[in-house]
Amino acid sequence: MVEKGMALSGRKKLRSRHWKPKTTGDRVFDAMNYTLLTAITLICFYPLLHILLASVSNPNALMAHSGILLKPLGFTLDGYKLVFKDNSLLVGYKNTIIYVGLGTLINMVMTIMGAFVLSRKDLYFKNFIMILITITMFFGGGLIPWFLLMKDIYLYNNLWAMILPTALSTWNIIILRTSFQALPAELEEAATIDGASQAAILVRVILPLSKATLAVIFLYYLVGNWNSWFNAMVLLKDRELFPLQLLMKEILVANDSTATTIGSAGGVVIDSAQSSTAFRELVKYCAIVVSTVPILVVYPFLQKYFVKGVYVGSIKG
Amino acid sequence: MEIVRKLRNIAPSAKAPKPNPTRKTIKKDLKKNWFVYLLAIPVVAWFLVFCYGPMWGVLIAFKDYKPLLGFAESDWVGFKHFIDFFQGPYFWRVIKNTLLLNVWGIVFGFTAPIILALMLNEIRDGKFKKSVQTITYMPHFISLVVVCGIIHIFTADEGVVTQVLQWITGKDYTSLLGYSSFFRPIYTFSGIWQNIGWDSIIYLAAMSSIDPALYEAAEIDGIGRIKKMWYITLPQITPIIVILFIFAIGGLMASGYEKIILLYNPLTYDTADVIASYVYRRGLREASLSFSTAVGLFSAVINFALLWATNRVARRTSEVSLW
Repeated sequence: MVEKGMALSGRKKLRSRHWKPKTTGDRVFDAMNYTLLTAITLICFYPLLHILLASVSNPNALMAHSGILLKPLGFTLDGYKLVFKDNSLLVGYKNTIIYVGLGTLINMVMTIMGAFVLSRKDLYFKNFIMILITITMFFGGGLIPWFLLMKDIYLYNNLWAMILPTALSTWNIIILRTSFQALPAELEEAATIDGASQAAILVRVILPLSKATLAVIFLYYLVGNWNSWFNAMVLLKDRELFPLQLLMKEILVANDSTATTIGSAGGVVIDSAQSSTAFRELVKYCAIVVSTVPILVVYPFLQKYFVKGVYVGSIKG
Repeated sequence: MEIVRKLRNIAPSAKAPKPNPTRKTIKKDLKKNWFVYLLAIPVVAWFLVFCYGPMWGVLIAFKDYKPLLGFAESDWVGFKHFIDFFQGPYFWRVIKNTLLLNVWGIVFGFTAPIILALMLNEIRDGKFKKSVQTITYMPHFISLVVVCGIIHIFTADEGVVTQVLQWITGKDYTSLLGYSSFFRPIYTFSGIWQNIGWDSIIYLAAMSSIDPALYEAAEIDGIGRIKKMWYITLPQITPIIVILFIFAIGGLMASGYEKIILLYNPLTYDTADVIASYVYRRGLREASLSFSTAVGLFSAVINFALLWATNRVARRTSEVSLW
C-alpha cells in the first residue's frame, strides 16, 4: 500500500515537470470523460435517491405518480411508523443482529485459526491441509446433497443452521494467510528466543500487525452475513427465526407463493382498499431504507481498506 | 559383555531411525507444534463436514433416493437420471440460457468495469475521482434481495425504467419482468449497476503500479491520451484481465441461482431458467432429489472441464494462468 501511494505521487510529480499546455484534443477528451463519468455516477446513485424520496412521500400521490422523482411528493413518516410497528420485521431485525454478531465472531476466529495454521513454515501436515482446502475451491457436492446433509446433522430450523454452514470462507483464509506470511520472519524468531509460545506469537505479534487485512475480511463477513437470505429460506421453517433479508424478500419480491402480510396488519387505520395498496407500496420503500442504512453507514469508514483487500486477494489467489 | 553391550547400543540406534524416520519426525512435529494442530482441528473438521460431506452425498445422483428409505436402502439406478435430463424437454433450454446469460455477462458485465477504470485513471482531479468511486462502490453493499426489490419497483408498470423505455420506443409496456425477451438485459445491466464500481477497483490498483516512465516517454513523443490509454495502460493491465477472463470463461456454464430465483417467474422461464435455478426448483421445490443432484453434478463436471481448458489455453498463449 505504501509503495502504491509513492508510485502515485511520483507519477504526479513527473507529469507536472513535463506538463504541457492542454491541446484541443485533450480538452475534448476531458470534457467527454467528465460528462460520461458524471452520467455513470448519477445512474448509480439515482435508484438509491428514488427509494429514499419515495419512502417519505405521500402514499396516494406516489401511486398516482410515474417516472422520475426529484423531490418527495408531500411528506409523511407513516411508512416508517408502520415498519417499526410491525412485529415480524422487528423480530427479523433482532434475528439478523444475532446471526451477524455471532456468525461474524465465529467467522473471524475460524479464519484466523486456519490462516495461522497455513502460514506456518515447519508444519509436517501443512501440504495435506492446504490441498484439502484448495480442492474445495474447485469441487463441491452441490445444492441438494448439501441440503440433505444439513438436515441429517440437525442444522435445520435452528440458530446454528444460520451460523455453522457459513463459518468459513476459503477465499478469506487464503487472503489472511498471505498477509500473515508477508510479516518479517525475524519478528517471530525474536519472540521465540524471548520464550514466547506459539499462542503468544499469534496474539501478541501476528494479529496486531495484520489489522488492515483483518478489517477487510471482517467487512466481507459482516456484509455477507447481513445480506444472506438463501440459507435462511432453505434451512429455516419458523417465521420467528427468519432474518431481516428473508422478510424483505417476502415484502419486495412477490413472484413466489408467499404474499406480503405487512402493511395490512399494521396498527395504522387504513380506509380503503386503494390506500391499503398504496401503503403497502410505501412500506416497501421504507423497509428498503431501514434494512440497508446500517450497511451503508458502516461502508464509508471501511472504504479505505477495500483497495487493499481486493489487491491482496488478487496477487495471491 | 563389552561386545554384547556394544551390540545392544548399536543395534537399537541403527534400527530405530531406519524403519520409521517419518514417525519420529511426526512425533517431534506434534510435540513442537501441538498448539498449531489444536487450532487446525476445528478448521479441518469444518472442511470435512461442510465441504467433503456433500461430496459423498453426490452418490445419490446414481440412486433413486427416497428420504424415507434412507441412503443405504434406496436403489441404485446408474445413469438413469442423467439420461432423463439429457432427453428431457428442458435440457437445451437450461443449457442455452446458462450460456447466453454468461455471454451477456462477459460482453457487457466484464468490459464495463475495465472501461470505467480506464476513464477514472485519466482523471487528475482527486476530489472528483474520489466521489465517483465512493458512489459507484455503494450499490455493491446493498443486499441482493433489496437490489432485486429495487429492480421489481423500477420495472413495474409505472416504474422508472419502464417509463423511460416507453418514452424511447413509443410502445406500451406492462411490468418488464413479465417479458422473457427483457430478462437478459435486466439481469445483466442491473448486475453492472451493482458491481461496476467495485469490479473496477482491481484494475485501478493495477493501473496505479504502471511505471510512470512509460507515460513520460509517450508524452515526450507527443502521443495523445487515447493512444496512451490503448498502447500503455491497457497492455499493462492485460495480465489481470486475462486472469479474470479465465474465471469468466471457466464460469460460462455456472451461474448463481440466488439472483435468478429472485427475478424470474413462470412467464420468463424461457430465457431465465438456468441449470442452477432448475436444480433448485426441481430439487427443493419439487423434491426430485436424485434427479436434481444428477443435473448439478453434470454442470459441475462441465464447469471444471471449462476452467481447466481455458487455463490451458491462457497458459499457452499469454503465459498467465491460474495454475
